[in-house]
Amino acid sequence: MIYDHLVVRYGELSLKGKNRRHFETQLFETVKRKMRPFQDLNMAKHFDRIVIELNGQPYEPIVKSLQDIFGIHSISLAVRSENDLEAIQKAALIALNEAMEGKKTFKVTGKRSLKSFPVNSMQLNQEVGGYLLRNTEGFTVDVHNPDVNVKVEVKDTGTYISSKSFEGAGGLPIGVGGKAMLMLSGGIDSPVAGYLTMKRGVRIEGVHFHSPPFTSERAKQKVVDLTQELTRYSGGKIKLHVVPFTKIQQTIKDKIPSSYSMTIMRRVMLRITERLAENNNAMAIANGENLGQVASQTMHSMYAINEVTNMPILRPVITMDKLEIMNISHRIGTYDISIRPYEDCCTIFLPSAPKTKPKREKAIRFEKNIENLEELIEEAVNDVETLILEEGKSTDETFDDLL
Amino acid sequence: MIYLDNSATTKPYKEVLDTFVTVSEKYFANPSSLHSKGGEAEKLLGQARKSIAQLLEVAPTEVVFTSGGTEGNNIAIKGIAFQHQNRGKHLITSSVEHASSHESFQYLESQGFEVTYLPVNHDGLISLEDLERSIRPDTILVSLLHVNNETGTIQPIQEIGKVLKEHPKIFFHVDNVQGVGKVDLPLKEWGIDLCTISAHKIHGLKGNGILFVKNGVSISSLFTGGEQELKKRAGTENVAGIVAMAKALRLILQEMKEKKENLSEIKQFILEELRTIDGIDINTSVEYSAPHIINFSVKGIKPEVLIHSLDKRDVYVSTRSACSSKQGGASRILLEMGLGENRASTAIRLSTSYGNTLKEAELSLKILKEELINIKKVMR
Repeated sequence: MIYDHLVVRYGELSLKGKNRRHFETQLFETVKRKMRPFQDLNMAKHFDRIVIELNGQPYEPIVKSLQDIFGIHSISLAVRSENDLEAIQKAALIALNEAMEGKKTFKVTGKRSLKSFPVNSMQLNQEVGGYLLRNTEGFTVDVHNPDVNVKVEVKDTGTYISSKSFEGAGGLPIGVGGKAMLMLSGGIDSPVAGYLTMKRGVRIEGVHFHSPPFTSERAKQKVVDLTQELTRYSGGKIKLHVVPFTKIQQTIKDKIPSSYSMTIMRRVMLRITERLAENNNAMAIANGENLGQVASQTMHSMYAINEVTNMPILRPVITMDKLEIMNISHRIGTYDISIRPYEDCCTIFLPSAPKTKPKREKAIRFEKNIENLEELIEEAVNDVETLILEEGKSTDETFDDLL
Repeated sequence: MIYLDNSATTKPYKEVLDTFVTVSEKYFANPSSLHSKGGEAEKLLGQARKSIAQLLEVAPTEVVFTSGGTEGNNIAIKGIAFQHQNRGKHLITSSVEHASSHESFQYLESQGFEVTYLPVNHDGLISLEDLERSIRPDTILVSLLHVNNETGTIQPIQEIGKVLKEHPKIFFHVDNVQGVGKVDLPLKEWGIDLCTISAHKIHGLKGNGILFVKNGVSISSLFTGGEQELKKRAGTENVAGIVAMAKALRLILQEMKEKKENLSEIKQFILEELRTIDGIDINTSVEYSAPHIINFSVKGIKPEVLIHSLDKRDVYVSTRSACSSKQGGASRILLEMGLGENRASTAIRLSTSYGNTLKEAELSLKILKEELINIKKVMR
């Protein structure tokens, strides 16, 4: 392994004008936190990149970990050499040989940001490219579609030569886009919605409606585990609010015609989530709603439900096909948790024939049947159990001794 | 007591036994039960799976719990063969596998599969050229032992993985029962699809094992009747044993990090001492073997006699694989290495673990020398 550095390049940050410094700082903080489990790394923040010195450590797990961080465009393996043409050529040769296994064509992309270096970018391409051709066999240059791109960047801190790159997660650094409350049911869609919300730099807090004994501890644990999985992308911690929902569920069952019970339930859930958002300084609600997937998710239904709040509702998966959502869910590690077969509050109280085209006026009228709705909401909000989940920490320490 | 039969089984760590007792007492419920006690047991099982996955650097969904190495090898080999027989019925293994693999292949031959048994050289190694030559369009599985249980020979798994990378349709199973905790085997990096591990070889308990099955690899299950273990192995999980195994794995990997040098040091010492004794041939490859297994033959002495005389002086060694030691006769493995009938039928195996010390090695070699003299007196 000849690579001694990782060059972490930013995503859309270059477009962000005056906020750029803030964004970079946020990203650097996240990278630092994420790199904590790895010892002996040196990290430095530069204008358009973060450079990580590996100090002999294997790069694979580090790259993998970096790929979870939003705001990173790409991660390249790099060798650092002195700013000296001969040294650069030699290092480039090693990097090329390492990357060319089974490949045929390459090109050199030279970049001289250190203007005092006597060889300019164009010359760099020629000098390094020529050297590589002279000293290898069977490789040819293809400037349009090369198998391997050898990047040579001359900076004041030295020259970085890289030929192997990994895709980053893209998006914006977490923490630059405000905060949203994520409604987490335990299904496949809501964690994916949370992931995509975070992708745009938004911090999330989870909200889960728990109705014991109708829904079990295992259903709650499922949501805890999902939230735990999402901490990988959150830059550290995520709060999860577990709302005691049994009393409200029972009241709805008693007082609302069953065809409208789901609509009313969703309206109440939104109200509670909005209250929690206000209490926790969030400015939006995010959920896994999708058009046409189940009864609550028709446009009519959304129209009847959405009325209760003025808060923006982010629905990142709204237009996706189920398969697209599942693919993301597999990729981000939530799928296997989501498919655990426990009843949640959306399945257990599901009426046999929910209205797919509920009327807003009717919903309002039926809702009035519950005279003490405000009180019930107040009570649920007050009795919320808030858990704080932290990346890399087991959610349950009681088993630690045993393991 | 000087226990030098760690390849047969290891003494459970004290912490492992404590865990087993606690879990058996407190979390005895069936993890598949719906009530909260079942939920607790299931959660603990999940934590154990996660912890093992982390230690092996794989995903929790790739960890299947089994009853041990024999079952793991059987599930892997037969499971792949039956599941993918439509694609081809040719299998490749070596001639020096553990009986649980070897006999699985023999059984598959009786079911219409064709098996290539790769030969080994004097060091017990297969050749990559042989492997490449054996690969056919209808080959579906290559199954090899990482560390040989009798001789300690380490097969070049990394290189084999590279060869098989060119043949993405062939599954690669590695039996790592002897290697885990003693010799590194990065599953993901080396292109391994299935890997067998046993708890009682790493100071865990008998009756527990792990089969790593890479995500996306489908196998037909040998046991059916429940949805446990991702439908790959039905049956109520042995939660206490599994949790104890998770602990054993953590502890032995920790020991490997800290004390691997000790094992090599002890092995060097034993090898040097053995070389000074007349009539002893060392069967373990010096260059290509694990740090904890030493196999040698003593001319003209029945191994059983030597084992019993050492036994009387509280030193415990074995002939070869414990699983086949009662059969007597020559070792199939040593014969395959071309060491001849005499050496193959007089082999003794010393196998160490992290609890053994250099002092113990010194003492046992002294006792060995004395007993050899005694036996020779009687036998002449």
